[in-house]
Amino acid sequence: MPQPAIAPPVERENYLNAKYGVWSWLLTTDHKRIALLYLLSITFFFFIGGFFALLIRLELLTPAGDLVQADTYNKLFTMHGMVMVFFFLIPSIPAVLGNFLVPMMIGAKDLAFPRINLLSWYLYIIGGVMMLHCMLTGGVDTGWTFYAPFSTNFTNTKIVEAGLAIFVAGFSSILTGLNFVVTIHRMRAPGMTWSRLPLFIWAHYATSIIQLLGTPVVAVTIVLVAAERALHLGIFDPKLGGDPLLFQHLFWFYSHPAVYIMILPSMGVVTEIIACFSRKRIFGYSFVAFSSIAIAVFGFLVWAHHMFVAGMSVYAALVFSLLSYAVAVPSAIKVFNWTATLYKGSIHYDAPMLYAFGFLGLFTIGGLTGLFLSALGINVHVTDTYFVVAHFHYIMVGGAVMGYLGGMHFWWPKISGKLYPEGWARLAALIVFIGFNLTFFPQFLLGYMGMPRRYYDYSHMPEFQILNVLSTAGATVLGVGYLLPMVYFLWSMRYGKPAPDNPWNAAGLEWKTPSPPPTFNFDEEPVVTWEAYNYDELDSPDKGAPHKEEVPVAR
Amino acid sequence: MLNNFPLWPVQASTIARSVDALYIFLLIVTGMMTLLIFICLVYFAARFRYRPGVPAVQIDGSHALEITWSTIPFLIFMVIFAWGALVYFKERTPPADATEVYVVAKQWMWKIEHAEGQREINQLHVPVGRDVKMIMTSQDVIHSFYIPAFRIKQDVLPGRYTVEWFRATKPGTYHLFCAEYCGTQHSGMVGDIVVMEPAQYETWMNGGSTGPLSATGEKIFAELGCSTCHRTDIQGRGPNLHGVFGKPVQLEDGRTVTADENYLRECILDPGAKRLKGFQPIMPTFQGLVTEEQVNALVAYIKSIAAAKGEAAKASASAAAPPAQENAQTNALANGSQVQ
Amino acid sequence: MPDSTVIGLHHEDEHHPELLHHFADAQQQRDSASLGMWVFLATEVMFFGGLFCAYLVYRHWYFPDFAAASKSIDATLGATNTAVLICSSLTVVLAVWAAQTARRTLLIVSLILTMLLGMAFLGIKGIEYREKFVEHHVPGASFSFDKVQVPGHPDQYANPHHAQIFFSLYFVMTGLHALHMIIGLGIFLWLLIMAWKGRFTPEWHTPVEIGGLYWHFVDIVWIYLFPLLYLIDRHP
Repeated sequence: MPQPAIAPPVERENYLNAKYGVWSWLLTTDHKRIALLYLLSITFFFFIGGFFALLIRLELLTPAGDLVQADTYNKLFTMHGMVMVFFFLIPSIPAVLGNFLVPMMIGAKDLAFPRINLLSWYLYIIGGVMMLHCMLTGGVDTGWTFYAPFSTNFTNTKIVEAGLAIFVAGFSSILTGLNFVVTIHRMRAPGMTWSRLPLFIWAHYATSIIQLLGTPVVAVTIVLVAAERALHLGIFDPKLGGDPLLFQHLFWFYSHPAVYIMILPSMGVVTEIIACFSRKRIFGYSFVAFSSIAIAVFGFLVWAHHMFVAGMSVYAALVFSLLSYAVAVPSAIKVFNWTATLYKGSIHYDAPMLYAFGFLGLFTIGGLTGLFLSALGINVHVTDTYFVVAHFHYIMVGGAVMGYLGGMHFWWPKISGKLYPEGWARLAALIVFIGFNLTFFPQFLLGYMGMPRRYYDYSHMPEFQILNVLSTAGATVLGVGYLLPMVYFLWSMRYGKPAPDNPWNAAGLEWKTPSPPPTFNFDEEPVVTWEAYNYDELDSPDKGAPHKEEVPVAR
Repeated sequence: MLNNFPLWPVQASTIARSVDALYIFLLIVTGMMTLLIFICLVYFAARFRYRPGVPAVQIDGSHALEITWSTIPFLIFMVIFAWGALVYFKERTPPADATEVYVVAKQWMWKIEHAEGQREINQLHVPVGRDVKMIMTSQDVIHSFYIPAFRIKQDVLPGRYTVEWFRATKPGTYHLFCAEYCGTQHSGMVGDIVVMEPAQYETWMNGGSTGPLSATGEKIFAELGCSTCHRTDIQGRGPNLHGVFGKPVQLEDGRTVTADENYLRECILDPGAKRLKGFQPIMPTFQGLVTEEQVNALVAYIKSIAAAKGEAAKASASAAAPPAQENAQTNALANGSQVQ
Repeated sequence: MPDSTVIGLHHEDEHHPELLHHFADAQQQRDSASLGMWVFLATEVMFFGGLFCAYLVYRHWYFPDFAAASKSIDATLGATNTAVLICSSLTVVLAVWAAQTARRTLLIVSLILTMLLGMAFLGIKGIEYREKFVEHHVPGASFSFDKVQVPGHPDQYANPHHAQIFFSLYFVMTGLHALHMIIGLGIFLWLLIMAWKGRFTPEWHTPVEIGGLYWHFVDIVWIYLFPLLYLIDRHP
C-alpha cells in the first residue's frame, strides 16, 4: 500500500463511511449514494448492451448470416437499442453525475425530494429486472422503435413485457426530472442567481423539462400498443380502420426529444471541463445557457423528420425539415462558444480535457451529418441505412458517452476521494477515440452506398464487406477502450492516491467540499457572491497555478 | 483499391444526379465547417497550452460574434433546406404520363405487376429512359421499396397506396432492398431492378403475359357484379365510374376529395367512409373478398375507362330511382353473371 | 443521522417537527412540495394528451361512426358523474380551508365526503362498464356493433371497425382516469389517517394542499372527457 510522505490524516466522516451495511445503501436518501447505486446499475446495462453490439458486429464480419439465426440477430439489435437507450443513455449522466452534483453545485444539502430520488432508482431497477427477464426468456425482435403493425399484430415476441419494463423505467426518468426542476428552482443557496449557475445545471434543467414533458407520451404509446396486442383494438391496424402512422407520430414525439435528453447533460459536462482546463470563463455564458433551453423547446417540434418517407404529405415534410435546421443552430452556437473558450486560455491536457476534445470533434461530425439527414432530397436516399446508424452513434457514443466518461474522470476524485491513474486514463481516451472513428466512420460510406439497417445477411451485396470488417475491427478497439476505465477506476478505489478537495483547482461549489464530501455536503450553507467560472480569482495568487495537489490537505 | 471505398453508388436515374449534387455540396460545406473547427481546436490547443506564469485571459463573450456565427450557419442551412426541398419535390411528383407498375409487398417478397400484365417476383424490368411510377401497398406490415442506384425510397404501408417514381438512365441490374424492418427475413427481401434498352424490353414484355392489368380488372368488375350498380347506360344505384378517376368528387358530408387510387381503394374496401353525395349507402364492402392484386386490377380498370357519352356519365346531385330489380342484383352477385 | 461535524444550516429557533433536514426552512419545503405537484401534473397532462391526440385524429376521420358510438353510452350517468366530481372538488376546497383554519372536524368530514363522492364516481363508472359489457361494446373478440344508425342519417349504419376504435379510446381514456381516481382515493385515505391523528396544523398542512391539487386535476380531466366522449353530435 503506497504511503504518502506525511502522516495520513484522520479519516473524516464522509458520505461513503457515514454508515455501513447493505441496508444503509439500499434505503439511503443521500443523493450521492443514490448516484453510486445508479452508477453500478447503468454500468451493468452498458456492458449488456455492449455485448449485444459485439455480437452484431461479429455477425456482420461476413456477408452471409452465419453466426446467429435471423430471429436471433433481430433480437440482438432490438435489445441493444432498448438497453442502451432506456437503461444506459437516458439515465447515465443525469442519474449519476446529475444526482451527485446538482445539489452540491447550487449549495443545497440534497435534492428537493430525496425519498422520491430513491424511488426513482427502485423504479429503474424494477424496469431493468423486467427487461432482463424479458431478454432471458426470449427477448423482443421489433427494433427498439417497435413500429406498428409489426409490433402489434405480427411479432410473436414479448412486446408487452418489454414495453412495461420501459414504462416503469420511464417513470424513473420522469421523477428524476421532477426532482431536478424543483431543486434548481427552489433550493439554490443565497446569492446563487440563475446567471451564476454552472452551465451543467442549465443543461440538466433543460434535460429535465424534456424528460417531464416527453416521457409520458411514449408511456401512453406503450399502453396503447399493449392494449392493441391484448385486445386487437385496431387503433394502429389498417384492417380495422386504424393508422400505423399514428403510432409513428406518437412514438417519435417522445423519441426525438429523447435524443436531446441524451446529449444535453453531456454538453453540460463538457462545458465544465473546458472552462476548468482552459482556466477561463465560458465564452458567451448566456448564449450557452439559452441554447440549452432552445434545444429543449425546438427539440419538441421536429419529430417527424424520422418519417420523411413514411407516407406523410410533402408539405408536412417541408415544415419538419425547416424546423430541423432551426434546431441545429443552438448546437452550432455551443460548439463555437466552446472553441472560443479555448482562445487565450491556459490549456491542460488531463484526461477529462482529452475526452472533451474528443467530444468536440465527434459531436461536430455527428451534428453536421444531421444536416445531411434534414435535407429532404438526401434523406430519401439515406434514411433507414447505415448513414443514420453512423449519425446517431456519433452523437450518442462520440458525444454523450465521451462526455459521460470525461465527467466521470473529472469528478472521480470528488466522488471517490481517490485519484485515478492519469497515464492510463489518457491512453484510454485515445483508444476510445480511435476505436470509435474506426467503427463508425465506415458506416457513413456504407449508408450512402445503400446498405440498409437491420440486415443480418448482406450476401447479395458482398461489396459491402470490407467496410463492415473495418467497422468490426474498430468495435473491438472501442471495447478495449471502455474496459480500461472500468479496471483503473476500480483499482483506484483501493490503491489510488487520496484526492485533495480540489485537485483541478476548479470553480464550482462542489469543489469547496472535502473529497469525498460529507453526507450533508456543506458544513455551513454557502452564500454565493461570485460569478460562475471565476478562474481569474482561482488562479490569481500565483499566475498559472499548478492545478493538481499531490498531497492531501489535512484538516 | 479506391473501388473498395466508393463515395456513392452508380447513378442510374435522373434524380440520382440531383441527389448526389446536393450530397457533394453538403460534403464540401460540412467539410469546410469541420476543417474550420478542427483547425481552431488544434491551433488553440497548441498555441494556448499551459505555460507557467502565463495566465488565461478572461473573455466574457461577444454579441457580435454570437450573432455572426448564428446567422451565417442559419443562412447556409436555409440554402441546404431549399435545395433539398426542390430535389424532394421532384422525387415526390410523378410525371403525369408515367408507366404504372403495381407493387404488393408482403413478408418477405415483392410482388410486382406491370400495367401490361407481366408479373414478377422480386424483380422489376423497366426500359431505360421511361418514367415509371410504382403504386404500392403492403399485405401485412410496413416495408420500404429502396433502390440505392436511383436514390429513391418509399415506405410501403398496409391499408393504403404510396407512390414512387423514377426514370432510369443506364441499362444494368441494380439492387432493390426492403428498407423498413419487417421481421425475420427482412434482409432477404431483396431483389433486382433490371433496366433494359427499349428494344430488349419490348422483347421481354412480349414473352408471355396474361394481358393488361386493366383487362383483368374489367373481368373482376363483372364477376363481382360491380356493373349491376355502376352502370353506364342509365343512372344506376351507384355512380357511373367512367372518367371519374382523378376528378374531384363531392361527398355526402360536404367535403370534396380527388378520386385517386387511394380513394378508389377505400370505396371498394370501406364504402361507407367517403360516400358520394346523392347516393344511398348500399354498397357492400369487399374487404376480405378481394386480394390486394385484385384491388390493383380493379383500380387499373377504373383508371382506364374514359368518360362515356351522355349526361348520365356525370355525377348528379340527386339520385334517380333505381330501375333494376332487387332480385336482379342479388342474382348477379350470386351467379357472378354479367348484367351489363 | 448527521453527526456533530454537521452544524445546523440555519439559526432558526423553531424546528418544526415536519421540517425535513435538507430544507433550509419551512417556506422552502412548502414551495418545493407545491412546485413538485404542479410539475407532476404537467406530466399527467402530457400523458393524457397523447390519448386526446389519438382521439382527435380518429374523431375527425370517422365522425359519423363516433357519433353513433357516443350515442350508445349513457350521457345521464356521465353527467351525474360530472356533477359528483364537481361536488367532490368543492369538498376538497373545504378540506384545504379547514386545514388552514385548524378546523379538524370539518377537515375530517370533508375528506370523508370527498372519498365517498369519489367512490360514487367509480361505482357509477362500474355500472356504465357493465352496461357496455352486456351490450358487447367492449373491444375484443366479442365486440359487435352491427346495424347501428348514424345519428341524423337514418339510412346509414356505423362502421363497426371505426366504432370499435371509439370504444377502445373510451375504455383506455376513462380507464386510465378511473385508475387515477383510485390512486386519488388512496392518497385521501392517507390524508384522512393523518388528519385523524392531528398531524395537520395551520402552519403545516402541505399534503392536504397538494393532495387537493391532484384531485382537482383528475376532476378537470373528466370535465374534458365527458363532452368529448359522451356528447358527440348529441341533440336534445
